[in-house]
Amino acid sequence: MDTQAILHVQNLQKHFPIKGGLFSPKGSKRVKAVDGVSFSLARGQTLGLVGESGCGKSTTGRMVARLMDPTGGRIVIDGVDISQLGGRELYNFRRKVQMIFQDPFASLNPRQTVGTAIAAPMLAQKINPSGGMKNRVKELLEQVGLKPEHYNRFPHEFSGGQRQRVGIARAISLNPSVIVCDEPVSALDVSVQAQVVNLLQEIQRDTGVAYIFIAHDLSVVRHISHDVAVMYLGKIVERGPRDELFHDPKHPYTKALLSAVPLPDPNAARLQQKIRLRGDLPSPANPPSGCVFRTRCPLFSTLGEEQQQRCITEIPAPASTAAPACHHSGMAAAALADVQ
Amino acid sequence: MTRFIFRRAGSLILLLVTVSFITFTLFQLGPADPASAACGQECTPERITEARVALGMDHPFLIQYLDYMRGLVSPRMIGAPGAESICQWPCLGKSFQTNENVSDIIARSLPYTLSIAVGALVLWTISGVGLGLLAALRKGSATDKFIVGAASVGVSLPIPVTGLFLLLVFVNQLHLLPFTTNEINGAFGPHGPWAWVLNYFLPWVALAVLFSAAYIRVTRTNMIETFSEDFIRTARAKGLAPRIVTFKHGVRAGITPVVTMLGMDIGLLLGGAVLTEQIFSVPGLGFTAVRAAISGDLPVTMAITMLAAFFVIVANVAVDLAYAAIDPRVRLQ
Amino acid sequence: MTQLQPSSPASANETGAFLEVRNLSVKFPTDDGLVSAVNGMDFSLERGQTLGIVGESGSGKSVTSQALMGLLKGTSAQVTGQALFQGKDLVTLPESRMRQLRGRNIGMIFQDPLSALHPFFTVGEQIAEAYLVHNTASKKQARAAAVDMLGRVGIPSPEQRYDEYPHHFSGGMRQRAMIAMALICEPELLIADEPTTALDVTVQAQILDLMSELQQETNSALILITHDLGVVAEVCDSVLVMYGGQCVESGPVDEIFYDTQHPYTLGLLKSMPTLNSSARRLNPIPGQPPSLLDLPKGCIFSARCDYAALAGDGVCASTRPGLVVEGGHGTRCHLDRRQILTLRNTR
Repeated sequence: MDTQAILHVQNLQKHFPIKGGLFSPKGSKRVKAVDGVSFSLARGQTLGLVGESGCGKSTTGRMVARLMDPTGGRIVIDGVDISQLGGRELYNFRRKVQMIFQDPFASLNPRQTVGTAIAAPMLAQKINPSGGMKNRVKELLEQVGLKPEHYNRFPHEFSGGQRQRVGIARAISLNPSVIVCDEPVSALDVSVQAQVVNLLQEIQRDTGVAYIFIAHDLSVVRHISHDVAVMYLGKIVERGPRDELFHDPKHPYTKALLSAVPLPDPNAARLQQKIRLRGDLPSPANPPSGCVFRTRCPLFSTLGEEQQQRCITEIPAPASTAAPACHHSGMAAAALADVQ
Repeated sequence: MTRFIFRRAGSLILLLVTVSFITFTLFQLGPADPASAACGQECTPERITEARVALGMDHPFLIQYLDYMRGLVSPRMIGAPGAESICQWPCLGKSFQTNENVSDIIARSLPYTLSIAVGALVLWTISGVGLGLLAALRKGSATDKFIVGAASVGVSLPIPVTGLFLLLVFVNQLHLLPFTTNEINGAFGPHGPWAWVLNYFLPWVALAVLFSAAYIRVTRTNMIETFSEDFIRTARAKGLAPRIVTFKHGVRAGITPVVTMLGMDIGLLLGGAVLTEQIFSVPGLGFTAVRAAISGDLPVTMAITMLAAFFVIVANVAVDLAYAAIDPRVRLQ
Repeated sequence: MTQLQPSSPASANETGAFLEVRNLSVKFPTDDGLVSAVNGMDFSLERGQTLGIVGESGSGKSVTSQALMGLLKGTSAQVTGQALFQGKDLVTLPESRMRQLRGRNIGMIFQDPLSALHPFFTVGEQIAEAYLVHNTASKKQARAAAVDMLGRVGIPSPEQRYDEYPHHFSGGMRQRAMIAMALICEPELLIADEPTTALDVTVQAQILDLMSELQQETNSALILITHDLGVVAEVCDSVLVMYGGQCVESGPVDEIFYDTQHPYTLGLLKSMPTLNSSARRLNPIPGQPPSLLDLPKGCIFSARCDYAALAGDGVCASTRPGLVVEGGHGTRCHLDRRQILTLRNTR
């Protein structure tokens, strides 16, 4: 995968200073929203980024699209590190990465026709499509399953699913290499959600665009992704090919996350091994030492004192495709079966 | 909480210094020449120069500003060398017209303005919030439509129109109320509180008609929004009585924007209700400021301007504190 | 097993069901016309049972719960039909009587616990308030009851958390607090409207566990309103599928999932990606739900139904099917069960 990757993210970080007032110094404390995230993505592939709220998945996506400036690390697209680009270079980069947002209504100007909205990125990038702008927009409308006569309509005349199609048309208008999809179907009803997921897959097959698909719904992620990365408190705890990760999760957090998903199948739900995490997510402003997951880890209590000490003092190596970010993942499977 | 107050007080002082500097600069750059105004009708170039020295205007601008600011902290000497007189703390300079201490002029005018402001404020808050709440509770009904209609009429009536109309009807025609007198400038004076109320009733009504319209609208909009909030539904789902849902859960949450408005309006009004004081011939701050501006009496105009700015800023801080008291989420920051 | 049988109005009084809803309809007048949010709902529920009401946005599931709770009283909504709760009709009960039931006999949990809790009062005050409305108790006793309840819903150091405000709580803790508030008077019926939709999946699992636990402890009935078929499969005994303000299919949970009778339910199940599905194409239901301002004359689902052509004579477009119940499993479709069975297996 790495050989043909178009996107490499290495040790990406985003630290937010905790807001200081007039008389208290700024930056004395920081929240590490994203803390050393690495992955790569090949043409025509989808990387699913999953995790619970506050895990840093959206922040990671926004940094890749450079809607947010990274605090550290590298984002290499087509061989160019874009993490520190500014001005003209950043402007040129924009056409390579586009974004689709959760709430298509909020990301469309209510007083602008969808035709204008879809043309906006092309106008901003001073692109003159052959055959004229209007024709290109109508072509895009058809590509996303809308009708050319929708050109002059306003966002409020569309349903949620149709608005998301408009958002997709806008994102693909510049033929980007990567589209960051931030919870693109979370606001949609199940039956409509499937339409949009299918559309995204068709577009990928036709254009070879790569997706970073950010979602909290693991079923959708499993359906659309080739690779999946699981985040917890700003770090990737496990990543790997989809089937491997879903069939044989190695990190205790991944196991817990998967076992918490309610299955739309009563018999399977009764048989499902349930690992329940206790307590709440620790504050990202004050994360646990060593392994960030240890405070809620179902494995932790089964460990010997020496092993526990290691979790408390030693930060696990970042997750690679070969191993999760866990000191004791080797014994996780057996131990967790005992816990339950 | 204490830290919160200290931090607000810190920024308050910084703001006041900034405002005073800007005001001072504006008056220095302005077209009016205070020296020629001060030296009167038969003015010769020599007398203008004398006047400039007497007013301290021969000093560089920054020195003048610092002198002025020093007067706010301690007494200082004022006037040409040899003919100085002491200006007691708080020294805001001396009037070009009467040579009186500006602080005395303000001390004399302020009670009138206060009298107008306090009563008008109480009147319009009660009527504005009350009618706004009533309209929100009866949303869509004839009552609601009448109140909203009346509010839009009220907001489009300028003070001179309402004021003169009230004077004509209640004083001239019906003789129900006395014409405003300058002898009463407080509720606890020799004439007693009732005389005070009667004396200022018409200015209060004139201001209340204008101001309560905005309060009706803001209260109505916010209360309607609040009544549709999820926590109101929760309160009903608990089985609480409508009275408790409305007042304990609804009003407390919906009233916060009104507190902001109230703060801003108090600030503005304490700087002098210029038109109202003119119409009803009340010698308050606004009345005094207008006269001083016309005659080019720089120190008086300057002092009232700064005082008005001071009131607005203090009112802002008061609003912030009130917010923190009402909304626990604000206390965090 | 819960009995999900539409009962005729004639037998109105003798069935001693715990909750019996008959022909419940809700309409909202708007500037554009009358919105038919709920159109003739029938179901019943016994104590100790969990009924899942599933549907997409606009299907009328939330409005149904609000009608049961009497929260539509005093609004412009027109509620008709019957909802007999322990023999009392919640539809016609005057607001003052309804108020005594709310919180004490029927509790309710909402979707977003942050907006459902009042931001200006402490969590404890809000729970104690719910206790005080229905019990003659001192403030001190109410506080003790609230602290006890906070502990029961799994909030650590409840004595201390009592005095904290909702914004100090995490999403999961807030929903626990909401549950504490809804259950402090030990209502016999709990209505939960999308109680876990705003929560993360591991927290959702905790909350669902908690709700099942407390339900077993108190032997109360639970109506769980959700769009998530996974949640339904996990916690419900019986299911009611709503579409366009109507119940299109109802029955025991296993029958709904393994012996699906209605084309809409079938469509929903097929359009969902699942954790153990292989990478096939999803089968979305084509089109959009109907406008509640102008419902079709025939079957409400006919415009999006793959099978409508099979029924013949255009009957799907012209006549609205009634809910036909066989062995506790009801479906509202013109196709007969054998036809559906063949279709389910071939497609």
